[in-house]
Amino acid sequence: MSEQLQSDFDKIVKNSKFSNREIQLKKDFLNKFIESGFPNRKQEDWKFLDISQIIKKNISDLSYFIDYSQSNKIDRSTFVDGLEHNKIIFLNGRIEKIDFNHEDKSKIEISDETKKDISFNYENSLIDLNCAFTDKAFKILVKKDYSLKKPLIIYHSTNDSIKSTNINLRLDFELGENSCLKLIDYFANNTAKNFINIFYNFDLKKDSILKNYKIDKFRNENLKYSFNNIEQGNNSVSETFILSAGSDYFKNEVNCNLNGEYSSAFINGIFSLKENQQHEIRTTINHLVENTKSYQLIKSVLGKNSKSAYQGRIYVNSKAQKTDGYQLSKAILLDETSEFNAKPELEIYADDVKCSHGSASGSLDENSIFYLMSRGLNYQQSKELLINGFLLDVVEKITDLEIKNLIKKIIGLNEYK
Amino acid sequence: MDTREKDIEKLKDYKYGFTTDIENIKAPKGLNEDVIKFISNIKKEPQWMLDFRLKAYERLKLLKEPNWQKPKYPKIDYQDLYYYSAPKSMKDKPKSLDELDPKLLETYKKLGIPLQEQARLNGIAVDAVFDSVSVATTFKGELTKHGIIFCSMSEAIQKHPDLVKKYLGTVIPVTDHFFATLNSAVFTDGSFVYIPEGVKCPMELSTYFRINASETGQFERTLIIADKGSYVSYLEGCTAPMRDENQLHAANVELIALDDAEIKYSTVQNWYPGDENGKGGIYNFVTKRGLCKGNNSKISWTQVETGSAITWKYPSCILKGDNSIGEFYSIAITNNHQKADTGTKMIHLGQNTKSKIISKGISAGFSDMTYRGLVDINSKAKNSSNYTQCDSLLMGNKCGAHTVPYIKNKNFDSNIAHEATTSKISEEQLHYCQQRGLNPEEAVGLIVNGFCKEVLQQLPMEFAVEAQKLVGISLEGSVG
Repeated sequence: MSEQLQSDFDKIVKNSKFSNREIQLKKDFLNKFIESGFPNRKQEDWKFLDISQIIKKNISDLSYFIDYSQSNKIDRSTFVDGLEHNKIIFLNGRIEKIDFNHEDKSKIEISDETKKDISFNYENSLIDLNCAFTDKAFKILVKKDYSLKKPLIIYHSTNDSIKSTNINLRLDFELGENSCLKLIDYFANNTAKNFINIFYNFDLKKDSILKNYKIDKFRNENLKYSFNNIEQGNNSVSETFILSAGSDYFKNEVNCNLNGEYSSAFINGIFSLKENQQHEIRTTINHLVENTKSYQLIKSVLGKNSKSAYQGRIYVNSKAQKTDGYQLSKAILLDETSEFNAKPELEIYADDVKCSHGSASGSLDENSIFYLMSRGLNYQQSKELLINGFLLDVVEKITDLEIKNLIKKIIGLNEYK
Repeated sequence: MDTREKDIEKLKDYKYGFTTDIENIKAPKGLNEDVIKFISNIKKEPQWMLDFRLKAYERLKLLKEPNWQKPKYPKIDYQDLYYYSAPKSMKDKPKSLDELDPKLLETYKKLGIPLQEQARLNGIAVDAVFDSVSVATTFKGELTKHGIIFCSMSEAIQKHPDLVKKYLGTVIPVTDHFFATLNSAVFTDGSFVYIPEGVKCPMELSTYFRINASETGQFERTLIIADKGSYVSYLEGCTAPMRDENQLHAANVELIALDDAEIKYSTVQNWYPGDENGKGGIYNFVTKRGLCKGNNSKISWTQVETGSAITWKYPSCILKGDNSIGEFYSIAITNNHQKADTGTKMIHLGQNTKSKIISKGISAGFSDMTYRGLVDINSKAKNSSNYTQCDSLLMGNKCGAHTVPYIKNKNFDSNIAHEATTSKISEEQLHYCQQRGLNPEEAVGLIVNGFCKEVLQQLPMEFAVEAQKLVGISLEGSVG
């Protein structure tokens, strides 16, 4: 594997216009990655779903080389209808377009971040891989007191020219004081098997609001990994919603540091899985100062041969008195072959806190099905109604009305009135 | 007052902190094949037992000490320990209690162990372990009447080799993890219980462990077999003398319940936890595992953990038989610099199996307390269910309370429910109690006992009273 990595890396460097400093930085990341390799089940965080095995099984030989010299054609048909939005188009491993047409351009600043090192501590070889191979890493700064009028949608797509390849995306966001950003990650890639590795770093200043919605709905054979690092200042709010349904493999990691008082983090997720899909959400919420709050709700509906895992960790520092932490994961297993794993973890060093977690899993309640059937629905309808109701609970947590309706439409959830 | 009594006076902080001067026979320091042969030889063991030990030792050489646990401890030099020591006067086994070394009897008196009259009054048969060799077993007559075998492990190897051979190492194989394998190689003694078919054991069986001789790791091995339709309740309680060096305790406990049998295993553990600065204290790395082998069998673990510098154990149930039940009730209290990483594993293999976990953790001072549990429902374990509740109580902001549950559900017919909360004693509760005339310590004691009630209820009467007191004592000085 390391030879492949090295030769693909050299090829990329040869065709690129990276400065020497950039190349050196990338080389360091590459060496770190070669040293540790893909994570495997021996690491606690990868216990339930072993990415190194999954890549081996689904892709076998992964290529790291992407020819950036070729131009890509943007397919407009995948764009989201019925919602005015700003766009970032990420196609075949390259950012093709950044478009903030709906906004006041003077309030948003876009800069190249490739030259910079990562500012936080991590033990994650996939971030090294990401930094070694990303083409361009941009930083988007939303200036003080500015709220984006329209949401920003990042389109993640690939076309047929790319196959069995590792694609990396890195973006940094800084939200100035009292600013607001609504960000939708929209996965439209339905072409052949690739391994997509996304790394976002958010810096939320005082009173800012971040809403991030990840929508992976359409069935595709890609393997995806996404890592969000969120640093939160005083009174800031982050909301993350994950719809994990489309890919063969998708692991979402959210690491949230509540550095400022009165900051809060909300993470809601849905797994809706069918044949052979294996998805995971792993969250770490670090309550570091007083009066912070976090809330997590994860629900799974698991069909044949599918597997979901939820690892949630709430850490409360000894300084973080008056913390309020909540975690709930629920799963419905529809088939004999489905599997649900959970590891909801609490690590608490302060005494005046309110922390709780719950986890429940089982099959659909036969009594409820009977109830609905006795009122004239057939078996299939009753089942669907119950599942929809189960999932709707999570979607209702979305605070943005427009986006909530969009997501309901995408999932096909209708409100039964 | 002679010097020894003065010493005892000095150590009054810890009620059980004293040692008796008995010359010990010790195996040479260190761990190697010769030491294992020495242990086996001195205990006059048959060849198959020695082979069992040597097989474990071979395996041990390949194993590494695990390090995933929360409480870290200084590296143990396994070559610097004695693996066998026995009170000298035990060379020739005494026939009755009267023949015992009076010094031994005195020790037990201080500990409050009802060995003679008290044993009869309390209806408890005591198999007291002093260091590594079982000293005396009472109530043998009464038990023999029912065909119950309750003796030391070494005796069982001599007298009931078929049973030992058949069941030893079936629940905890010699190839298990590091500490279990270490135990399999060098275990010295322990208790053996066999309840024949259809017999309900008429009394609570009880063993008091006691660690003596400095630098001697105690490697107990307990095996309890409940044959078809039988019932047994077993109590285990521990105290240990005060020591500056850390002492390792790596026991193995195996329970086997056949069809329709029930085993209830209760532990009150109050080993020396080290002084207020965290110096000294026992390392308690015990492997406890029960196998519900037969249909409709039941194994129930109850534990009250208040002692030890580091407690690291997970009494587990393997629910193999259909309709079998596993239960785990635990109170773990840590104070000062104590560390505990404890919990359970419920592995559901048979159909209609049920398990219940109630865990209460209380941490005070500078201590750290972790609940770590696994609930694994296999794809064949149809219609199984688990209920887990783990609550933690924190006293002060220098301590920590952690919950690390692993939940694996591979069966769509089965339900798993897990709940956990972490909180502190509210000012209102304290105020209410104090208003009614309790001082702050009493108030905390009352509230904590209420918090633990669900678990304390599961203990046999005599134990429950003792445990309730222990809960209060363990938290002394943690308020205010």
